[in-house]
Amino acid sequence: MMRLSTLTGLGIVVAAVALLEVLVGQGVISRFLIAQPTAIGVELVTLLHEERLIEAFFSTFGSTLAATGLAILIGVPAGYILYRARILGDAYGPWIAGMFSAPLILLYPLFLVLFGRGVQTIIVISAILATIPIVLNTQQAFIQVRGVFLNVARSFKLSGWQTFWKVLFPAAVPTIFTGIRLGLIYAMISVVAIEYLVVLGGLGSLVSDMYDRYNIAGMYAAILAVIVVTVVFFKLASEIERWLRPM
Amino acid sequence: MAATDVNLPLPAPASRLSRHTRVLAVQVLTFLAVWAAWEALSRSGLLYEGVVPSSLAVFASIGRQLVDPVFWDHMGRTAYEVIVGFGIGSAVGVTVGLIMGLRRFLAAVSEPFVNYMAATPKIIFLPILMVMFGVGPGSKIAMAAVSAFFPVAVSVYRGALLVNPVLVRVAHSFKATQWRIVRSIYLPSLVPPLLTGLRLGLGVAIVGTLLAEIKLANKGLGYIVIQHYNFFRTADMYAVLIIIFAIAVGINTVMDKLASRHSFKV
Repeated sequence: MMRLSTLTGLGIVVAAVALLEVLVGQGVISRFLIAQPTAIGVELVTLLHEERLIEAFFSTFGSTLAATGLAILIGVPAGYILYRARILGDAYGPWIAGMFSAPLILLYPLFLVLFGRGVQTIIVISAILATIPIVLNTQQAFIQVRGVFLNVARSFKLSGWQTFWKVLFPAAVPTIFTGIRLGLIYAMISVVAIEYLVVLGGLGSLVSDMYDRYNIAGMYAAILAVIVVTVVFFKLASEIERWLRPM
Repeated sequence: MAATDVNLPLPAPASRLSRHTRVLAVQVLTFLAVWAAWEALSRSGLLYEGVVPSSLAVFASIGRQLVDPVFWDHMGRTAYEVIVGFGIGSAVGVTVGLIMGLRRFLAAVSEPFVNYMAATPKIIFLPILMVMFGVGPGSKIAMAAVSAFFPVAVSVYRGALLVNPVLVRVAHSFKATQWRIVRSIYLPSLVPPLLTGLRLGLGVAIVGTLLAEIKLANKGLGYIVIQHYNFFRTADMYAVLIIIFAIAVGINTVMDKLASRHSFKV
């Protein structure tokens, strides 16, 4: 049973689409500003049918996963080091937190120069953006481990290695996962944005292509596809996080 | 949240001071090491000439650009687009956030849409904005407005949900008008979330504007970045990026200070 609010929301969307269909069809709104919903639908089917959409999705998805993987490989150990060596944590923690709010994506032309105009550049920038929340959350995760746990480990005379794998790491995992989910989202946003900006593979460049060809309906269809894909992706990420969380 | 049961010994003030100095030393050393590595890389000849320009060339370029009236002309265009777009976007954001906070049913209807749109990369809407507002400053202003709207609306809405319902009920008992309730109860308690929303909104408005300028424009800081890139004037490009970065971080720090001054425990 759907909630009334969801039904109302869907109703408004359907009404708006119908209204646009009529207004654009009658020429009240130029079809060069807003494409007719049916035309967008046709383009969407074409995109799916010619498999460009699926291909683009896998390209974006691949870059996102590669960037996130790289970010995990760097971010989790880095976060642990920042926790263990408190001097480093105090020295670099504020810098990394500052980078969190800094517009790092604006540096992408710099990375184009350094790494060339290719998928590798997209992955590197996105990995850097994704690393930040992972480092910060990992550091926080270890700091938050309750002292009681460590005291118990000491009472049982666990070695440093055992303490890490049996106590410290399992206790930190939930918060680390939150960081990884954030990293995944950051990577996805950055991959799509840079694909669009430099017109290089994937969903983002699909949107740019359509605009350049002045295929307005196709452009709306591609943007719609990007929104649907990102929303589904984020939903999946939070579902997986909830499923993986041991507690 | 905090590990309250850790019995860490409190550091004595004297050792805390030395700790502070040690942290500072690590920061300064890291900075110098990165700088030295940068210079070494730029002079090593391992990379193509100009890929990593010498920091001296970059500093010289920063100085040159900052006294160049043409640079300030571009800066003016970007500032104009950011300010107008941010103004429009945050005004609409505050209004929508407040309405959502006051009318629970409307909030329930629109919340999923706002959440979905807030998560997608806004730059993807640039082609629609260019179709509607042209490739000139209009589409950049619209980009800034669209970017700023979401964090402001979401912050104000979440803040409005935290307003103590007892206060609202008391106001209703005294037959206060809707406007009176907004002015006397909602607005005062919304200052901290509003400031946070504005800080985030201004940050993404700046990014949105610059990315739009980089994509397609004939004026503005983003435009000169991509011009320098296209003509492989890397030192100039690094210089403009550093200036942009410094401005963005500076604005964010000021807004953060403002917000933290007004943040009190709810």
